[in-house]
Amino acid sequence: MARVQRLILDVLKPHQPNVLEFARTIAALGEDYQVDIQVIEVDEQTETLQVAIDGNSLDFDLISNAISESGASLHSIDEVSVIGN
Amino acid sequence: MIVKQIRTLLDISHSEEIMRRYFVVNGFDGALTMLGLIMGFYISKDVELVVVITTCLAAALALGMSGVSSAYISEAAERRRTLAQLEGAMITSLDESHHARAALWIPWLVALVNGIAPLLFSLIIVAPLWLTHSGMLLFSRPLVSSMAVALTIIFLLGVFLGKVGGTFWLWSGLQSLAVALVTVGLIYIIG
Repeated sequence: MARVQRLILDVLKPHQPNVLEFARTIAALGEDYQVDIQVIEVDEQTETLQVAIDGNSLDFDLISNAISESGASLHSIDEVSVIGN
Repeated sequence: MIVKQIRTLLDISHSEEIMRRYFVVNGFDGALTMLGLIMGFYISKDVELVVVITTCLAAALALGMSGVSSAYISEAAERRRTLAQLEGAMITSLDESHHARAALWIPWLVALVNGIAPLLFSLIIVAPLWLTHSGMLLFSRPLVSSMAVALTIIFLLGVFLGKVGGTFWLWSGLQSLAVALVTVGLIYIIG
């Protein structure tokens, strides 16, 4: 089965949890998950983020659930890197 | 796991400060009310101890119930409003998020703290009366002992506020104590 090794997501989230906590939550989903977040825009109650996640085998459903649980919403998948077995 | 969940909900809703404030404010209310009641009985003279205990416990219970219900009603309304505003900004439902869970559970937690604080302090203040009445410990002047406990609690609440606010703890404690002593003085005058 093909493995997802890199995802770049466009995410809108409330100010809480903050970016650091948000990154930690996603990084905690896998032992080798590396999360890089760039804040694109800050509004009164929300912020738009570009979230880059790297790992040997990323679980998209798990990541998507964690994003929803944090009160954020996934707007688009901007980039993927997948490797076949 | 539950502790971690509660911690997340507290962080996301910034509720720790509110709970601390409610704890001190309503705890102070409880302690001062008990002090006033007991002082009233003290200057009335010849009031049976059982009457004092029953009255204080009834007042403590009423303060607890009032604390729980008032805090729940106001907090639940505030949280619902905040969640609706956030959902408006996100243009999506947050039903499955920590924000929705916080809006549901944090009002209960805040209400519990708001109700427990006066009840707890009142029970501690009434303890010398109850211990004397049950014969477990004999305070020679149970009403005075209870008032001393109340004054100590009020002083400690002031100290706690001083520590939280980063001001000199002794000054803050003495300020609270002064309020209590003025109250006692006023009751003595009207009695």
